[in-house]
Amino acid sequence: MVKLQVDHLTKHYWLEREDRNVLALSDVSFSVGDGEFMAIVGPSGCGKTSMLNIVAGLLTYEEGNVIIDNKKVKGPGIDRAVVFQHASLLPWRTIAGNVRYGMELQRRFDEKTMKERADYFIKLVGLTGFERHYPSELSGGMQQRVNLARALAADPAVLLMDEPFAALDAQTREFMQAELLKIWNKAKKTVLFITHQINEAIYLADRVVVMSARPGRVKDIFEVPFDRPRNLSLKREPRFLELEDAVWKLIEEESDRLGMVAAV
Amino acid sequence: MKTETTLAQPQIESKPLPRPRQSFFQKYEGVILGGIAVLIVLGIWQAVWSYTDWISPLFFSGPSAIGKQFWLSLTQGNLLADLAFSGKNFTIGFGIALVSGVVLGVIIGWYRRVRLILDPFLNALYAAPRIAMMPLIIIWFGIGMWSKVFIVFLSAFFPILVNTVAGIRNMDRDLLRAARAFCASDWQIFKTLAIPGSVPFILTGVRQGVAVGLIGVVVGEMLGSSEGVGFMVAYGGQTFQTDTLFVGFVIIAFAGILLTSLAERLERRFSRWRPDR
Repeated sequence: MVKLQVDHLTKHYWLEREDRNVLALSDVSFSVGDGEFMAIVGPSGCGKTSMLNIVAGLLTYEEGNVIIDNKKVKGPGIDRAVVFQHASLLPWRTIAGNVRYGMELQRRFDEKTMKERADYFIKLVGLTGFERHYPSELSGGMQQRVNLARALAADPAVLLMDEPFAALDAQTREFMQAELLKIWNKAKKTVLFITHQINEAIYLADRVVVMSARPGRVKDIFEVPFDRPRNLSLKREPRFLELEDAVWKLIEEESDRLGMVAAV
Repeated sequence: MKTETTLAQPQIESKPLPRPRQSFFQKYEGVILGGIAVLIVLGIWQAVWSYTDWISPLFFSGPSAIGKQFWLSLTQGNLLADLAFSGKNFTIGFGIALVSGVVLGVIIGWYRRVRLILDPFLNALYAAPRIAMMPLIIIWFGIGMWSKVFIVFLSAFFPILVNTVAGIRNMDRDLLRAARAFCASDWQIFKTLAIPGSVPFILTGVRQGVAVGLIGVVVGEMLGSSEGVGFMVAYGGQTFQTDTLFVGFVIIAFAGILLTSLAERLERRFSRWRPDR
């Protein structure tokens, strides 16, 4: 069953500084099934973040369609939640207060349910005991867990993740990837995951959309055939590296086409 | 012969470290050094004042004479009444400035059009030395307490207003995007982002407002009043009671130190709220 459908999406930008129109996304189409983990990779500036913002309803689009559960996306909605690249936590709220924040804004749950859900998701991301701490007291990885818990607590049908681990150091990132898979396994959400890291996309996702550089187009869609649950050691196996290599070649072509040194 | 196949694990006794000891001096270095310096300067000043005739009591004063005059004014003069008068003027004027500055600042910061219309006036008044309005204010309000209340208000209002406007406008873009993604209404953004986010800015305004408000009350009383600490300084000068003048000056200095350090402490406590990375 299709949960999210992006259909012939095209997006233009007006570049104020250069006083010209830029085509950011050109005829992008793909669909994500219910409960599917879909990753999107592409070279820098391929419009993947623009696309996520459009799906989140934070950016308007003129041509094409973005459809979730047979309804056209026309702005932010309670059926989606975003995990941002920067944790974007309110510095004056405790961890518990931050996890509640999304639910409070959406006003879907009563006070008691919000409390229960906040507790549950704080536990799920492994932050029990930190409820009363402030974001400034937490490490970057822990802040991203709060960011994730806030999104999950809002009970979205589709979880949108915008390079959520890009700002973390390599070790924390790997660890967070493994954690995310565990959490996803329990929460059973449809996920759209943006990243510029090929191995992150393959490790996490059921399918990987590879996008071309400016303007962003769908270059190819890969099935990831590996069984779940996946261990981090999977990343060192030959079959994983083969797939990574295949995706890398596609992206390299793109970089060559634009005459730039691979910027991924 | 038995061969050792495993490496002997070194036995590490892990004892919790005792809390690092700081000597009394290390802990209070600032207070001790600063305090000693102040005492030395006061001592030299006092010695010069008592044992030489380099200082004419007409032009200057000494610590003991200031202390004596302080005690005299306190017990026989009307120092307490003067203090109460100035304190009341400052408190009322600052209170009105705080409430109106924050309320108007929030409105101006939130509504772009209101800000664009009022900006030229605010900038002019913020930059101008409002204390220069004092003669006019005395014409309006007379030499009683309300001219002083008004000049304190006028002095403190603008820093509080301008900082509040900056605080409301200075909303973190990432937080705003997150709130929008969770379907936040404008009112929710106002309540949960704009207001709490502006608290550190408002406190900066409070600190600046306290400083200029104090100048306002003192200069206001010097220019036209028959009571208050500012009047005490002006009167001491006009009648060549240099000791009285100094008592007033010391009191004003201490009030300034006390109030600004209070405001600073408050500001620091909330500064980690500032959502900048």
